Formats: sequence, C-alpha cells, structure tokens
Amino acid sequence: MALNKDDVQNIAHLARLAIDEADIPAYAQNLSNILALVEQMSAVDTSGVAPMAHPLEMAQRLREDVVSEENLREHFQQHAPAVENGLYLVPKVIE
Amino acid sequence: MMEWETVIGCEIHTQLATKSKIFSGAATAYGAEPNTQACAVDLGLPGVLPVLNKEAVRMALMFGLAVNAEIGKRSVFARKNYFYPDLPKGYQISQFELPIVGKGELSIELEDGQTKVVGITRAHLEEDAGKSLHEDFHGMTGIDLNRAGTPLLEIVSDPDMRSGKEASAYMRKIHALVTYLGICDGNLQEGSFRCDVNVSVRPKGQAEFGTRAEIKNLNSFRFVEKAVEYEVARQIAIIESGGKVIQETRLFDADKGETRSMRSKEEANDYRYFPDPDLLPVIVEDALIEQLRQGLPELPDAKKARFIEAFGLPAYDAAFLTGSRAMADYFEQVVESANCEAKMAANWVMGELSAALNRAELGIEQSPIGASQLAGLIARIADNTISGKIAKEVFEAMWSGEGDADQVIEKKGLKQITDSGAIEAIVDEVLANNAQQVENYRNAEPDKRGKMIGFFVGQIMKASQGKANPGQVNQLLKSKLDN
Repeated sequence: MALNKDDVQNIAHLARLAIDEADIPAYAQNLSNILALVEQMSAVDTSGVAPMAHPLEMAQRLREDVVSEENLREHFQQHAPAVENGLYLVPKVIE
Repeated sequence: MMEWETVIGCEIHTQLATKSKIFSGAATAYGAEPNTQACAVDLGLPGVLPVLNKEAVRMALMFGLAVNAEIGKRSVFARKNYFYPDLPKGYQISQFELPIVGKGELSIELEDGQTKVVGITRAHLEEDAGKSLHEDFHGMTGIDLNRAGTPLLEIVSDPDMRSGKEASAYMRKIHALVTYLGICDGNLQEGSFRCDVNVSVRPKGQAEFGTRAEIKNLNSFRFVEKAVEYEVARQIAIIESGGKVIQETRLFDADKGETRSMRSKEEANDYRYFPDPDLLPVIVEDALIEQLRQGLPELPDAKKARFIEAFGLPAYDAAFLTGSRAMADYFEQVVESANCEAKMAANWVMGELSAALNRAELGIEQSPIGASQLAGLIARIADNTISGKIAKEVFEAMWSGEGDADQVIEKKGLKQITDSGAIEAIVDEVLANNAQQVENYRNAEPDKRGKMIGFFVGQIMKASQGKANPGQVNQLLKSKLDN
C-alpha cells in the first residue's frame, strides 16, 4: 500500500506536525516503505495467535486507592508560559 | 404520512468514587482550587508512569456483575489520540478492543408498567480530561487539570431505546444502579454522571439504521428526554423535506430546548488507538470476581421485589421508593422507627415529603426532616395523638425547623381531643346552636342522612380547631341524632 500526498498531509495534521511541501514525496516514500515491510509480515499465518498487548509476559500491578500526592502547583507552574488564578493559559480553543 | 421509528443508544460516563485518580495518587475531591490536585502524571510530564488504581478496577467489576455482564478477565488499556489543551498527554488512556466489562443487560420500567431489557454493549475504564474555561483570560483559555485522570467507567448501551422517555428511564436506572453499588456519587450537577445519546430515525419496519447524530454531555434526565424529542423532530423534518441527516456531534441548549451542531468543520474521528505500552494487561482472577459478587449490595430490582413482598406495597410505590438508594434507606428507616403500617410511611414519603423536597429542589439526602423525625410524626398519627389533617400542619412546622413532632404538637396545642366528655360537650353545643339542621336531619329519609351528617362533623371540627378525634365525633353524633 503506497501513501499519496494527501495521506501524508493528513498524518502530519493528526500529529500536529508542520512539514515542508517539498519534503512530502520523500515522506510518502519512507512511510510507504514501512507499510511494505508490515505487509511482508501478512504472509505469516497468525490465525490462533492472540494479538500482543505488551512485550512483557506480565500482568498489570495495581496500587491501593490512597492519596499520595501533595499540591505542587507553584512548582509545576514555574514551567508554564502563562498562568492566571492558578489556571494554565493556552491559546483560545473555541471561536 | 410516513411513520417513523426512533433509535437511541446511550454512552454514560460515570466518575468512579475513588479517593485518588485512576493512574496517579492525586486526590479526586470535587471543588478544589484549580490545579492543586494535578500531579506530574496528570500533567503528562515526561518520564512519568501510570499505575492503575485497584479500587477503580473493583468498581468496574462490580458494575459488570450487577448487569450480568461477561467479565473481561484480560483487559487492555489503549491510547486514544487527539489534541485538546485539557488533555495534556495528547492521548486519553482508555480501553478499546478488550474492555473490562463485556456484554450485559439491564431491565428498565416503561410508563405503562411494562419492563424492557436494554442490552449493555460494554463498559470500559478510562481517565477523564481536565476542564477548559473559556471566559475571558485576555483572549486565552484557562485550563484546570484537577479533573484530569479521574477514573471514569464509560457504559455503552445497545441501540435498544425507542423514545426519549425510554432513554431517560435507562439513564435513571443506570444512575440508581451505580449509586446503589456505591461506585459513583451520582452527582449530576458536578458532572459525576453524564450521558451522550446517539439518535437516529428510520421508517417504521426498516431494518437498517438511519444516520445518527450524537448529543453530548447531557447531565439531567429531563434534558435527555427533551434533547431526543427535539432531535427526532429535526431529523424527520430534514428527511421529509428531501434532505439528508449528517452524522455529527451536537450540543443541547437547555435554555432554548434545542440541539445545535458542535463543530463547523466536522473531521472524521481518527483516534489511532493502540495498546498503551506504559500499562500491562489487567488480569482479573476468578477469586476476586467471586469475592465481589458475594459483597454486592441489594440492587434496585431485588429491593423493589422485597418492598412489594415484605411490606405489601403496590408496585408503583415500590418502584418510586427504590428509585434511589438514599430514598429506599430513608423509607426503611421511617417504617422501622415509626413502627407503623408500611403503606402509611410510603404515603408520607411519597406525598408530603417528596412534594416539599421538589418545591425546595432538594434531594432526600438534604431533607430538613430526617427519617427518624418523620417517623416521630407518623407515630403520633398512628397512636391517635393527632389526626392526619393536623399532621400536615405539624409537618409544615417541622419543615421550617420548629422542632420535632412532639415539640410542635405541644407548643401549638395540637393534641387531638380524645376525652369523650370534652368531645360530647362540643357536640352538644353544636347541636344546640343548629336546632333547625337537627330537625331537618331527623325528618330526612335515612339514605339522605349520611350526607347531612357531614355538616355537623364540619362544625364540630371547626369548633375544636380540628383537634376532636373524627372517629369519636362520628360515633357520638350518630347516637345523639338518631335517637
């Protein structure tokens, strides 16, 4: 399966990546190569093989329901470009 | 005229009542100062690892058991990828192919008293997002991440509902169930329980579904009904005028009672789910399932059956009283402490009390008259201290905080007169003052007398300020008038 220019632009948009128009053919080629590699694996009969959810053959460990984190807001907000009244400020997301 | 059928499926997000978040040890308490309950994991800072909360898993399993669902003994968390500022990681940890709760079912009651079984497609664990505040922050949006990472159980129904009323009955039933189980506080105003409804219409008899619209974030049972009604009318109008319904997300405007499109440019959702490499598969042992099954509380349907069986209540009363766990507990406490007929307690809880609570827009949990206080009032009716009519006056006084029933009765001198000498004196006085009516009565045909006696009862109750025991008054009157 080969990706075209629209596919590349859509993938870039979903990942919020700004890409140069001039680079698109190269991206399309590289991404298509990856898909081709995956396609080769389709030749293997995987019926009866459960899809792998995680490479480790282990079960998730659970933690007790205990509040262990204290309020470190001032500390975290030092890294934020803009804060006000304890809120993180971001560019407006609705018109 | 074409006949249309409405098809509705619901997705209900219930916040699980854990103390800490689903993947971090930050608190989940509602109403804290912004971002004071958002730790490094909730903020999606680099290098953090989510660790699953045991209680969230147990709560999800309890729900699964309560709807007789297949339990996902191996469930997997997946990343649902999208960008929004209240989702700092750029993905929501959810479950996709292997949810913790599989296919189950739930029966709902319809208006005509029939029950209907609604299929539960699945229920999965996921984390809630933060909140975006769009008020004016110099043209910017404020983000509060306290809610980010709060555990949610998303309960997805089959498209089995056929009207707004059925959808709201389903939502109420799920609400009752999760609050009975104690896995969700059920607080609709605080957003602990929110419903998305998928609505479509099709010509009656057609097998395939019409194109659906999803109405998001309904946080009231009434809104669900209204939103569906509006949406059905909108879709039928589009189709009948030759148009096509487009698949989209819509919001319900409660003030205008209408739904409107949420996005101008609708992009096809492409969440690119994949298993979250930070989390291992969750394995549920049979022993845990058995332990949780044993510990399940009495659920609404079982409680309703018991109220009918043990208390001899009509089905309507039993359904009303088991509508919420708080209501059912209140009622049982009244019956127990008043030591009265269950039907009498039911009448007071469903009548005066519920009416007063509705007027004051209070839940039964916030009732200014507690169960033992109401029981105290009912006990005074049962032992003839006051009449049912006077009891309403006492109730009003109790409601406005004038004390418990005995205090009010004492203070206002409302105690029923049962002393036969005292009642006889009033009866004699009333008869003496109404000689003409007494004569009319005696001259009347026996079958007319029944009606005429009401006049005297009224006068006597008036003269005694409602305090004369009505049974004794009737008896005395009859013996005096008929001789």
